[in-house]
Amino acid sequence: MFDFEVLVQQLITGLSNGMIIALIAIGYTMVYGIIELINFAHGDVFMLGAFFALTLMGVLGMESWGPGGQAVGVAAMLVGSALFCGALNWSLDRVAYRALRRSSKLALLVSAIGCSFICMNLGLFWGGLPMDVFAGGVAAAAPKDFPALVPQVNLLGESFIRITPADALVFAVTIPLMVALTLMVNRTNLGRAMRAVAQDPVAASLMGIPVDRVIGATFFIGGALGGFASVVYSLYNNTIGFQMGTRAGLDAFTAAVLGGIGSLPGAVLGGLTIGCVRAMSDQYLETRWTNTIVFCILVLILIFRPSGILGSSRKEKV
Amino acid sequence: MSTPLLEVVDLHAGYGAIEVLRGICVTVDEGEVVSLIGSNGAGKSTTLMSISQVVVPRRGDVRLAGESLIGLRPDEVIARGLVQVPEGRRVFARMTVLENLRMGAYLRRDADAIARDLRHVWELFPVMEERKSQLAGTLSGGEQQMLAIGRSLMSRPRLLMMDEPSMGIAPILVSRIFEAISRLNREGMTIFLVEQNARRALGLSRNGYVMETGRIAFSGPASALLGDPRVQSAYLGA
Ligand SMILES: Nc1ncnc2c1ncn2[C@@H]1O[C@H](COP(=O)(O)OP(=O)(O)OP(=O)(O)O)[C@@H](O)[C@H]1O
Ligand SMILES: [Mg+2]
Repeated sequence: MFDFEVLVQQLITGLSNGMIIALIAIGYTMVYGIIELINFAHGDVFMLGAFFALTLMGVLGMESWGPGGQAVGVAAMLVGSALFCGALNWSLDRVAYRALRRSSKLALLVSAIGCSFICMNLGLFWGGLPMDVFAGGVAAAAPKDFPALVPQVNLLGESFIRITPADALVFAVTIPLMVALTLMVNRTNLGRAMRAVAQDPVAASLMGIPVDRVIGATFFIGGALGGFASVVYSLYNNTIGFQMGTRAGLDAFTAAVLGGIGSLPGAVLGGLTIGCVRAMSDQYLETRWTNTIVFCILVLILIFRPSGILGSSRKEKV
Repeated sequence: MSTPLLEVVDLHAGYGAIEVLRGICVTVDEGEVVSLIGSNGAGKSTTLMSISQVVVPRRGDVRLAGESLIGLRPDEVIARGLVQVPEGRRVFARMTVLENLRMGAYLRRDADAIARDLRHVWELFPVMEERKSQLAGTLSGGEQQMLAIGRSLMSRPRLLMMDEPSMGIAPILVSRIFEAISRLNREGMTIFLVEQNARRALGLSRNGYVMETGRIAFSGPASALLGDPRVQSAYLGA
C-alpha cells in the first residue's frame, strides 16, 4: 500500500534541502545575470563556508555553551560564514575575473574552473589541520562530523511526520534572506545599479555607475548567501567534506538553469524542485541514482529549454 | 581668453589592432552648441566614447575645464559633469521610465535638487511623465530618445554630448528632439552634438567639425560649413 505519510515526510525533507539549494542557486544566477559567467567556484566557496563555520565552532568551543549559548553560536556561525564567503567570492572576482572582463567568455570560464580547483584543494588542506573538530587532522579527505547544535527533537511531538528545529532553521534563515534580497534588488540604489549593469554595462557606466564595484558587490552578496547556506546545510546534514561543493554546486547550478538562469524567483523555484526530486528519488528509487537524475534534468533543460521555466528570450536578469 | 569647457587634443584611440581615431582635436566653449558630422564609420561614436573614457585613449588629452580626464573611470568622468547620451539610446529596457531617470541621478544625494530636475524633465518631455511607470523597452524609438536625454539631464551635466539623437526616429519626433536641444542650450547647457542630420545640427550650432576616417577633415563656424561646397555635396545632399 502506498504510504502517504512517507510521501509527506519526503516532501518536507525535499523542501528543506530545496531551500538550501535555492540559496546557493541565487549566487550562481546573480553572477550569471550580471557578467554572464557561470562561477564554477561558487559551490566550493560554499564548502569553505562550512569549514569556516566548523573551525569557528571548534575555536570558540561552542559545543559546551549550553542551549542559549548555542543559539548565539549558530547566529555567530551564520554571520561569520556569510562574511567569510562574501569576502572570498569578492576576492575571486577581484583577482581572477576582473582582469578578464574584456576577454572572451571562455577565458573567464576557464579561470572560474581553476578557482574551483584551488578552493577545493584549500578545503582539503583545511580539513587536515590538527584541530579537534577535524578529528585532529588524521585524514584530511575524510568527511567531518558537524555537531548538531540544533536539537533533533520532533516539533510535532509524537506524530509520525517529523519536523525538526533544523527544518525550522532552514526556513527561518532562507525565507527572510530571499525577501531581503528581493527588496534590495527592487528598491535600493545598489539593486537598481545591479539591474542596470546586468542590462547594459556601458550605459550603466555612462550613468555614473561604478560598474566594477557593483559587480564586486554582486559577488559579495552571492557569496554571502552561499555562506548562510553552508551553515544551514551543515546543521541540517551534520557532515561536511571538501568535495561537498561539487554536489551542492551541481544541484544549485541545475536549479538555476531549471528556473531560468539570471532569474531570482527562478532560482528559488528550481531549488525547491531539485530538492523534492532528490528526496523522491532517494525514497522511491535508490540514492545512487539521484545524482544521475539531477544531471539528466540539467542536460534535458539545456537541450530542450535552455531559458528554463521562468526565463524567456527576454529574461529578467539579477 | 578663458579656458574652453572641453578640449580634445590629438586624441588617438582604437579597438585591439584597429586604429580608429588618429589625432582628433575639438574645442567646445561654455554655453555653445558644437556639432560633429561625418559619414558612417568615420569614428564619431568612438570619439565620444574616448572622451567619456569608456574607450581608453591611446594618445592625446581630453580636458574638462582645463583638467585632464585621462586615466579616470567612466563613472568618474560623469561625476565631473561630462555626460553622454549614447548612440542608439541604450535605455534600460526592463526598468520603468522613472527608474531609468533615477539611474541618471545615481551619483547624486541632493534629493530636493533631484526632484527639481525631474520636474524639469517632465516639462521638457511631458509624455515622459505620462509614461513614468511604463517599462522603457515598450516606448517608441522617439520616446526612448527623450528618455535617454532626460536620464542624462538627471546627472546634472556641465556638458552634454549626444550621439545621433535623431537616428531612427519618426520625423515629427525629430523636430521635438531638436527643439529640446535648442531649449536646453538657451537655458545655458553646453552641448556637443554628433549628427547625421547635418543641416539641422549645424543650424543649431555655433561651430562645426567634419570628420573623415579618424581625422577632423575641416572645421569652422556652422554658417560657413553650411555654405561650404564640400559639406553641401557630402552631407547636405545638395
Ligand atoms: N567595439 C568595436 N570593436 C571594433 N571595431 C569597432 C568597434 N566599434 C566601432 N568600431 C569600428 O570603428 C570605426 C568607427 O566606428 P564609429 O562607431 O566610431 O563610427 P561612427 O562615425 O560613429 O559611425 P556611425 O555614423 O555609423 O555611427 C568603424 O570602422 C567601426 O567598424
Ligand atoms: Mg556612431
